Amino acid sequence: MTLKNNWAEMVNPAVRNIPPSGIRRFFDLVTEMKGVISLGVGEPDFVTPWHIREACVYSLEKGYTMYTSNQGMLELREEIARNIHNTYQVDYNPRDEILVTVGVSEGMDLAMRALLCPGDEVLVPEPSYVSYAPCAILAGGRPVYLKTSVDNGFQLTADLVEKAVTPRTKVLVLGYPNNPTGATIERKHLLEISEVARAHNLIVISDEIYDRLTYVGEHTCVSSLPGMRERTVLLNGFSKAYAMTGWRIGYAAGNSDFIAAMTKIHQYTMLCAPVTAQVAALEALRNGRDEMLKMVAHYNRRRRLVMDALREIGLPCFEPRGAFYAFPDIRGTGLSSDEFAEELLKEEKVLVVPGGAFGEQGEGFVRCAYAASVEDLVEAFRRIGSFVRRRAGRKKVLTVSFGKPVLPEAAFERVSCATAGE
Amino acid sequence: MKEILELLESDARLTPGQIAAMLGRDEEEVAGIIKELEKNKIILGYFTLINWDKTGAEKVSALIEVKISPQRDVGFDAVAERIYRFPEVRSVRLVSGAYDLAVMVEGRTMKDIAHFVSFKLASMEYVLSTATHFVLKTYKHHGTVVEDGEEDRRQVIVP
Repeated sequence: MTLKNNWAEMVNPAVRNIPPSGIRRFFDLVTEMKGVISLGVGEPDFVTPWHIREACVYSLEKGYTMYTSNQGMLELREEIARNIHNTYQVDYNPRDEILVTVGVSEGMDLAMRALLCPGDEVLVPEPSYVSYAPCAILAGGRPVYLKTSVDNGFQLTADLVEKAVTPRTKVLVLGYPNNPTGATIERKHLLEISEVARAHNLIVISDEIYDRLTYVGEHTCVSSLPGMRERTVLLNGFSKAYAMTGWRIGYAAGNSDFIAAMTKIHQYTMLCAPVTAQVAALEALRNGRDEMLKMVAHYNRRRRLVMDALREIGLPCFEPRGAFYAFPDIRGTGLSSDEFAEELLKEEKVLVVPGGAFGEQGEGFVRCAYAASVEDLVEAFRRIGSFVRRRAGRKKVLTVSFGKPVLPEAAFERVSCATAGE
Repeated sequence: MKEILELLESDARLTPGQIAAMLGRDEEEVAGIIKELEKNKIILGYFTLINWDKTGAEKVSALIEVKISPQRDVGFDAVAERIYRFPEVRSVRLVSGAYDLAVMVEGRTMKDIAHFVSFKLASMEYVLSTATHFVLKTYKHHGTVVEDGEEDRRQVIVP
């Protein structure tokens, strides 16, 4: 018998209703072009340090090709526990409080699925990384957005959280340093937010994948705050700090009962993280510090270079203090973030990601990843400069897509005042 | 200062303005420091790393191990100086181990180098012996892999 139904109808509506990724079409546009400089890549431009690759090759030669325990190699979990202790003075028992996952992506999915019941509400800051809301939806939850804004440097405040809490709220997702804005979260804000979390008995899922890439001030690990260790699922990994994105390796740390629940899903859906990647991660933690710090120093220099270039171009941009993204305000050009990205690509062959891809609050901004060579960055911002100047010349009437008319000069002044005090 | 030197060592074409931006410092200040570094011979020059093999140019280079007897008061320096003054000598280093000076020599042909070693170097006073190793292939030079490095294999756009 042939299948009579059409496949689109067979698909679970929860899946069907997830909107397609806002960046997909740029792939198609770019494939036909030559000489494109991409600032759209959300991953390090460094290749994994050689000693890590070499350790992994050696493990293959030695025949490390089997499953590991579901939670991951104990040696690796021990090293992760030591690393968290040394960096943030938080203790996790490697035996039952740490789970090695296939990147933070899997950790996020597991945490949501292990936590959410149908209709549970998940607080998701906006803009933020693209996976949080879909993971919540696929787990049966309902994302509720915490709309951070450029006016206060995309800071998440206790007030925003408090206002969004309802009796159904179960989870608060934090992702700082933030992709796409590059914002970090200040300790005092985190302390206030943790009070709200305690008051309403919220579980915090904290994605701290960019923790090492903090350039101004120090990263605060959410579970290091008073009373937060027991209500936080800490997610981290090796992708950004050690330039190991393609290895797909990360971990979750938290309460042992909860880690057991996540492990239950993990053992049936993933079994274990790839052993080769686990060996590499072990090498990264044991001997990778120097190389990691060197890469961070490179990002920081490029960050300053990009800030300088944006200042010169006249695109307002609040100071990104972490990750490797700048998130300039492009409303002054009169274009939506989608139009800006598309026209910039067509006219100047520079690829940036429209901020709208990271939620409504990202509209009016574009994400520029500075995980690129200095040479490429200099050339890319030269091109962006001529693009923006051309737009300014046309004196288009400014319309901001979410309906708030803002004069370009006013927008610029406001933000440049905010950064002048840095 | 160290950061400025590291940046220039990685790319000599960086302008003082770019360096200043990267380090969060003032352009004039950076330009001044660079001037000073040049004056004090800490920055010795700005060069381009060229893969001459790819141009098809006829060039031969050799590493020559040189054993010498040190002289009173000046040690190895006087002989080293006599050697490095030859323009075909690209580098001279005093090293520990089985020999004293590691000398890199460049010439158009192997004959050129053989001629230099036998007529100029080996016959020099205080030079006890030489061993010449011709370079067959250069893999890495000044911290840079010579053949195609690792190209950017990332997807063009990643959230």
